[in-house]
Amino acid sequence: MTFIGKSVKRVEDQRFLTGKGRYTDDIVLPGMTYAYILRSPYAHAKIVSIDTSKAEAMDGVVKIFTGKDIAAAGINGVPCGWQVNFKNGDTMKEPPHPLLVADKARYAGDGVAMIIAESKEAARDAADMVDVEYEELDAVTNAADAVADGKPLVHDDAPNNMCFDWELGNPIDEVNAAMSAADHITSLEFTNQRVIPNAMEPRAAIGQYEDHSGKYTLHTTSQNPHLTRLLMCAFVLGVPEHKVRVVAPDVGGGFGSKIFHYAEEALVIWASKQLNRPVKWTSDRSEAFLTDAHGRDHISKAEMGFDKDGNILALRVKTHANLGAYLSTFAPCVPTWLHGTLLQGLYTTPKINVDVTGVFTHTTPVDAYRGAGRPEATYLLERLLDKAALEMKRDPAELRLQNFIPAFDGVEEEGYMTQVALQYDSGNYHGVLERALEMVGYEDFRKEQAAAREEGRLLGIGFSTYIEACGIAPSAVVGALGARAGLYESAQVRVQPTGKVSVYSGSHSHGQGHETTFAQVVADKLGIPLEDVEIVHGDSEAVAFGMGTYGSRSLAVGGSAIVRSIEKVLEKGAQIAAHKLEANPEDLEYAGGKWTVKGTDKSVAFGDVALTAYVPHDYPQGLEPGMDFSSFYDPANFTYPFGAHIAIVEVDKDTGKVSLKRFIAVDDVGNVINPMIVDGQIHGGLAQGIGQALFEGAIYDEYGQLTNGSYMDYTMPRADDLPSFEVDRQVTPCPHNPLGVKGAGEAGCIGSTPAVVNAVMDALAPFGIKDLEMPMTPERVWRTMNS
Amino acid sequence: MIPTGFTYHRASSLKEALDLLNTHDDAKLLAGGHSLIPALKLRLNQPAHLIDISRLDDLKGIKEEGGALVIGAGVTHGEIAHSDLIKEKVAMLAEAADLIGDVQVRNMGTIGGSLAHADPAADWPALMLAAEAEITVLGPKGSRSISAEDFFTGFYETALGEDEVLTSIRIPIPPAGTSTSYQKFMQPASRFAIVGCAAMITRTNGTCDRVRVALTGVADKAYRAKGIEDALTGKAYDTGNIEAAVSSAAEGVDVMSDHFASEEYRSHLARVYARKALSAAS
Repeated sequence: MTFIGKSVKRVEDQRFLTGKGRYTDDIVLPGMTYAYILRSPYAHAKIVSIDTSKAEAMDGVVKIFTGKDIAAAGINGVPCGWQVNFKNGDTMKEPPHPLLVADKARYAGDGVAMIIAESKEAARDAADMVDVEYEELDAVTNAADAVADGKPLVHDDAPNNMCFDWELGNPIDEVNAAMSAADHITSLEFTNQRVIPNAMEPRAAIGQYEDHSGKYTLHTTSQNPHLTRLLMCAFVLGVPEHKVRVVAPDVGGGFGSKIFHYAEEALVIWASKQLNRPVKWTSDRSEAFLTDAHGRDHISKAEMGFDKDGNILALRVKTHANLGAYLSTFAPCVPTWLHGTLLQGLYTTPKINVDVTGVFTHTTPVDAYRGAGRPEATYLLERLLDKAALEMKRDPAELRLQNFIPAFDGVEEEGYMTQVALQYDSGNYHGVLERALEMVGYEDFRKEQAAAREEGRLLGIGFSTYIEACGIAPSAVVGALGARAGLYESAQVRVQPTGKVSVYSGSHSHGQGHETTFAQVVADKLGIPLEDVEIVHGDSEAVAFGMGTYGSRSLAVGGSAIVRSIEKVLEKGAQIAAHKLEANPEDLEYAGGKWTVKGTDKSVAFGDVALTAYVPHDYPQGLEPGMDFSSFYDPANFTYPFGAHIAIVEVDKDTGKVSLKRFIAVDDVGNVINPMIVDGQIHGGLAQGIGQALFEGAIYDEYGQLTNGSYMDYTMPRADDLPSFEVDRQVTPCPHNPLGVKGAGEAGCIGSTPAVVNAVMDALAPFGIKDLEMPMTPERVWRTMNS
Repeated sequence: MIPTGFTYHRASSLKEALDLLNTHDDAKLLAGGHSLIPALKLRLNQPAHLIDISRLDDLKGIKEEGGALVIGAGVTHGEIAHSDLIKEKVAMLAEAADLIGDVQVRNMGTIGGSLAHADPAADWPALMLAAEAEITVLGPKGSRSISAEDFFTGFYETALGEDEVLTSIRIPIPPAGTSTSYQKFMQPASRFAIVGCAAMITRTNGTCDRVRVALTGVADKAYRAKGIEDALTGKAYDTGNIEAAVSSAAEGVDVMSDHFASEEYRSHLARVYARKALSAAS
């Protein structure tokens, strides 16, 4: 029976679509209390005093904790999981990130007090009665401004609000020399704006302490329950890990924002011990806008040099990355090792230098958001390519094809070594763009565009060819780059005596469909029915360890760990089967769920072997009973999905409104286990990337207030904003993992944004417009046309 | 997102609703709840009593009566969007209803609730003004009728008394030869109108006898664009005359400005959408 490559319907959907999912906020524990976090309304303010007496006297209020209580309890702040040093070798500035602030609020949304009550209503009402006296201070929100002398400081010990400065690539002198020799230089100054993740399920956490055992249980909306346990136990609370169970049950989306360990998780755990009662906190949507880690927010200047024939000679990039008020778990890594390393793109650029300054501002912390660094790199490169083509009067597709790295499979041909620390695994970059051009009907479109322009209609086409790094990562490599964790994955395959299989995965599914995809891999490899496989994830008590799901890593790393454990199952199974068949293990072959003596019809089924392993009456001498194997898979390299996206837009001359007419995506994510799920990931990613291009963007005012933190003001892409996507695939297997898979979770979001922006720029070319900031809102486009 | 505590009353008759409204000082009427409930959750509004009038039959129904359409205040946007009677008599009402929010909003939100709330970016006020609707309200002293022109008094302000319930809307059926249209440039997040324009034109042999144009979303309240009406009345219905007439679309009002549209852009959109509405009412 083959399952790999089939669009098997998602087994989890029965549960989700009939309302049977169990999310953190659905869980009610005996004696549970409810927490509300009172947050600073100011972006920067000294806390002069807090009076909780009126609130504490209210009906139903159990306890109120303030920042002072947390400090008095000696609780450390939330740690950062990645260290990036200054160019001069100094360690990055890592100011404390307290669970609740006692002295100063550093962004609008910073936690000031936790009100715990018998009901969420009572907690919310009491919050209105906590009297906090603030002394408002000047705020700074823009990363490029914040580094200037004399600006308000977010942390006193981070001069000029700098967390780190960092560079990667060829020495700047070499890049400058190559740039000086260029016949043409295209330059671009732009903001990759701040976006807000907006997972469907807001964050929630329940802390539960048992005084008789000293054990804690945290239920939380996490993409990463084991890492949350590690960070919370070892760095925040000093509680031993074996006394803490972390469960991330059904989780309704994350897009990166639920990778990180948040203050509320540690607060509910700590408070549950103080009260000896469970404590639940559930974010509301307004709070989610303010406190879920945001994404992107780069201000960059980029220059690309070309020779007279259009060959790329050099790339020089300077970026100010806004990190927000505190360092979220992976914040320093995103604008550096996940952004700078991707600036080779698909091109043979011989000299690259990227310089990044990480900056604190009085804003919500910024961290990984779908794509994390790679969309920023792709946007920068792909805008440069389209702009260069316009300036050099070259066709943008041809200019790309000319500069692409030639195809290599990573097996016969070596992986491609970039100028920015990575070695690409395998690629056929011409293939995806050529296929996309064929799908769009490029020549016909250019004719249609010319005819439309005659009628005064503004049609445009935009390209984006991207590469990304997924499957993070070889632990030794990321360790050398500053990661404070390993980045392998674990999987345990437990064959039950009846031959049914339970798989315990350290990956975490929060929309990805692992319960289906992973089961397909297992059923396929073992030749057993899909329904004989159960995937268990998200519970630190059930799963040995896990590094969680993000960076499109689950199948490449978590799936590979499952394969490794299956290999162990089959190896032991062969020994038992050989005993039963009175043959040598090497004379057996495994197919269709049974071991057969080669060239005979003598065979034994998987289920019989499993039963024998648990009822070992007649059994190979010296072999342990049971059939239960764990593996920790640490990948040999990142994986490198790539693709070509093409957008066609029409701009309304009257209003500046951009309509997306067509979107073509040809992605190469390596081998595909479930095409339907991969298509779903691509579609969702496209919508999100298009959202950034046209609609989304956090707007802070001069006081540091987020002024569009609601669905009345923050524009999410909707179905009726989008055309029916035209997607296709090319398959270049990953040469270094057993499934040959590369990862598909972020591809759509990485490739689509610049394609749309480039299409708008192409539509506006008759106006001589070359640059326009995102989101390309109607007024912004209209103003540009009329300026 | 948790409202302050309130007492919920479900009125079983219009009379009971009125009595409850007049018994309790700090009471709000709840119809579809699509403006009120978000306001409660954000604690922007903290009434002590909510009087639910969403199930009152007296507020339901769309009928033709004495040369007018009579629409109950409790009729949902969705019912208007799907009403054959409305599509036949004053098509722009159905056209506009179909552009409100999304399916869920249209199935819950009511025309009366929207009018009483008087959001400056709501669609209905422009349509009421252009259609010269009469808004019927019931108070302790009985029923009275307020012209749409007098009903909208300011930013979220109406002539509806605190002790009154909006009960129905009466829309004169326009004479033969009348065409209508509602055109809207949506705020992309909320789907309210950045600019919404309702136009109603009665023509004889290609000449505009009677023109009614009203805009919403532009100023602190919806308004009749009398400059456009006057400029086009008596003129031939053609592109040139429409183009010339719409230049005054945003004149005489304080044009709003926000993230989505500055004053300058909104004024421009007012002209564009007035042109679109007048052109579509062909």
